[in-house]
Amino acid sequence: MVNICMYFQVHQPFRLRNYTVFDIGNNSIYFDAKKNEEICRKVANKCYLPANKIILDLIKQTNGRFRAAFSISGCALEQFHLYSPEVIQSFRELAKTGCVEFLSETYYHSLAYLHSKEEFVKQIDIHKNAMLKIFGHCPKIFRNTELIFNNELAKFIESLGYTAILAEGADHILNGRSPNFICSANYNDTDNNNTNFSNKIKVLLKNYKLSDDIAFRFSNREWKEWPLTAEKYASWINNINGNGEVINLFMDYETFGEHQWESTGIFEFLKQMPIEILKHPDNSFMLPSEIAAKHEIKDTIDVHNFISWADIERDLSAWLGNQIQRSAFHELYQLEKEIIATNDKRLIHEWRKLQTSDHFYYMCTKWFEDGDVHKYFNPYESPYDAFITFMNILKDIKIRIRKANENNLREKDINENKKNIDESEENNKEIII
Amino acid sequence: MFGWEFPPINSGGLGTACYGLTKALNKENVDITFVVPQGEQSNSSSHLNLLALNKLEDDSTYKSIKIKKIASILKPYISSQDYKRIKRKGDHFSTLYGNNLHEEVQRYAEITKKIAEQSNCDVIHAHDWLTFPAAIKAKEETNKPLVVHIHATEFDRTADHPDQIIYDIEKEGMKRADKIIAVSNFTKQKIIEHYGIPADKIAVVHNAVEHKSRIHNIHNIHKKSHEKIVLFLGRLTVQKGADYFLYAAEKVLKINPNVLFVIAGSGDMESQIIEKAAELNIANKVVFTGFLTGKDVDKMYSLADLYVMPSVSEPFGITTLEALSNDTPVLISKQSGVSEVLHHALKVDFWDINQMANKILAVLQYPELYYNLKINGKKEVIRFNWQIPAGKCIDIYKDLIELHKLKNEQKTIKIKKSNHNSNCINKKNKSKRG
Repeated sequence: MVNICMYFQVHQPFRLRNYTVFDIGNNSIYFDAKKNEEICRKVANKCYLPANKIILDLIKQTNGRFRAAFSISGCALEQFHLYSPEVIQSFRELAKTGCVEFLSETYYHSLAYLHSKEEFVKQIDIHKNAMLKIFGHCPKIFRNTELIFNNELAKFIESLGYTAILAEGADHILNGRSPNFICSANYNDTDNNNTNFSNKIKVLLKNYKLSDDIAFRFSNREWKEWPLTAEKYASWINNINGNGEVINLFMDYETFGEHQWESTGIFEFLKQMPIEILKHPDNSFMLPSEIAAKHEIKDTIDVHNFISWADIERDLSAWLGNQIQRSAFHELYQLEKEIIATNDKRLIHEWRKLQTSDHFYYMCTKWFEDGDVHKYFNPYESPYDAFITFMNILKDIKIRIRKANENNLREKDINENKKNIDESEENNKEIII
Repeated sequence: MFGWEFPPINSGGLGTACYGLTKALNKENVDITFVVPQGEQSNSSSHLNLLALNKLEDDSTYKSIKIKKIASILKPYISSQDYKRIKRKGDHFSTLYGNNLHEEVQRYAEITKKIAEQSNCDVIHAHDWLTFPAAIKAKEETNKPLVVHIHATEFDRTADHPDQIIYDIEKEGMKRADKIIAVSNFTKQKIIEHYGIPADKIAVVHNAVEHKSRIHNIHNIHKKSHEKIVLFLGRLTVQKGADYFLYAAEKVLKINPNVLFVIAGSGDMESQIIEKAAELNIANKVVFTGFLTGKDVDKMYSLADLYVMPSVSEPFGITTLEALSNDTPVLISKQSGVSEVLHHALKVDFWDINQMANKILAVLQYPELYYNLKINGKKEVIRFNWQIPAGKCIDIYKDLIELHKLKNEQKTIKIKKSNHNSNCINKKNKSKRG
């Protein structure tokens, strides 16, 4: 028996506008509404809407034997709400089938865990509430931004009450072992009052080979397996039968129609692949929560340094690999205490939108000269431009924090004065009486 | 090879490029005769020239580069007006040299063709318009293929106000050439658009930079610790955009007054630029060094915290590579050839002074940005080695020589054929007679 677990990541960052040093203190519009709208609508039409339709048809066609999970970032949701509400509607229809699961993540698709657990938890809660409100669905399985993961994170997520977490099946973690079994992470569980080994949080490892065959290699004519047909792909899945229990196919939803254009035949593939896989009686599709309920932990992975699903390195270097990235990250998060203290909801929301991992990804200088995937999804001409824009905005944020604090103080003063006046008036009254 | 200037007597990137290219070609065993005009002005500093020549002759690495100097008052980056001015100054030579720029260039061409005859070359390679008439004459004389190398067009030098005489010479050179080398796609495009040359006749060969082992005695350089230096280095002409540099400087100084703007170079806009600095009220923050040469150039680069090349139209921009080679980060105009091939640089449109100021301020303010640009830029610039463009030139030479041979063979075949035909006719006639 092989259970196939598909999860699609849906995310769009709030891209920044060309914010210069001359805007600081004069203008607090950070986001490029025009560009964001343009991209949101484009991707909705090229990917989200047609792909959702195919998934809905597949669920109906297979009587629910095909099922899949989505993780939709809050930034994407907000932009759908603003620019393409029909995308939200189509996800709601998927939700109604009961064959779709929504995963938990940070609302802002952020790297908050790397800085502050407190901020991290807040963002998970905001996302959870949004999922409840929009889809009536409380997520039970967690996936961190870009599948960033280590032992400690697994332990922390377990303490928040989740039963499973997603991670990259990176080679250097598995050391030749199969990603196709449920694992646990190697951490001491006594702090979580969890002494029973089988109650440990389950780790679903991405089968990156089979996932990337679709996400990255599908249209590559240099690839010896090109063209990839649904039959061929199903035969690879069937070959695993007996050598694994779960095949986790995790990928960006934008694979369909955006990364791989419609003309490559990716939609036809998406339509046929589940049907082909289901032809084998031993195969079935399952949602992450179903996998977690059904399968026992068979192995342990030991992850001290963070892993992720990005680049060949599968580490944090795509976001924090160079000095400008680390400096921007540090500057952003060192504002946490002050900005939360302002209690200014709009300001805090904008600060959080700056936490979206994409902003750091744009500052990546590795492979910059090769013009690869980093460049393709980069609204900037260079990582240095991304850094300059970001730092300018932080300067403005700092000014706003200062102003907000001054206002708060003034209001406090006014209130106290008022209180004093009221009290003295009362006293006067008493005297009059 | 025909050039305008050759180091150490040079005033711009052309001389640097010729020097780097010939040296690299020489390493690949290409014998070069390099022909340059020797002006009256440089006569006054002839010891330098002689020195240079001696040095070249002594140095075994250049043993197969012969420098031929021709007396002429032509000088690099000359315009028709410049020529009139120079001619007026040295009136005792007036009988010797042409009445106007055009005539002088033609006179120069007549003399140089003799050198071409003697040199027994396989290919004629000419750098920029001044040498084209000479190169065309040489081609006619020797029947050897001609390569014209475009380092700048008249449209770049004059910001789209070309001198008709120079434009005509450029166009003629391009037409008569067997192959055109452009220093960038940016320049290739200009050649196609303004000179009507078909794209397949033009090859793009990007420039490189010589990586000297530079040992600076940084400790000897006194610089106020709180003051940052932003450098402009180039001719003060409309092409190089020094005025945009000043406009950006004004904006920078309003936000960060601890910045010194250094303008190194001379040119016809010099007084205009100095006045502009005064007019913008930043004269106390702008330093003019005049034209720098040799070690002073490298020293200036390494003193700077940022090198800015705000050119209005820059076919390549070797100075960018020189700055990076001296560990100085760069901010360059997008209207440049070098921005096609260089990644680790900040880039702006030359007219966008807000962005220019924005980026200057960022480099001065964020040490991480400065270091990343500097270190990554240096790593990248190491790969710009003159052997690469030299290799491309050699490939072009080989193709042309091959093609030239084929053509000659065809010609001889044709001649033979026509001889043969006439024989046949004779025979026929004979047979008729018989």
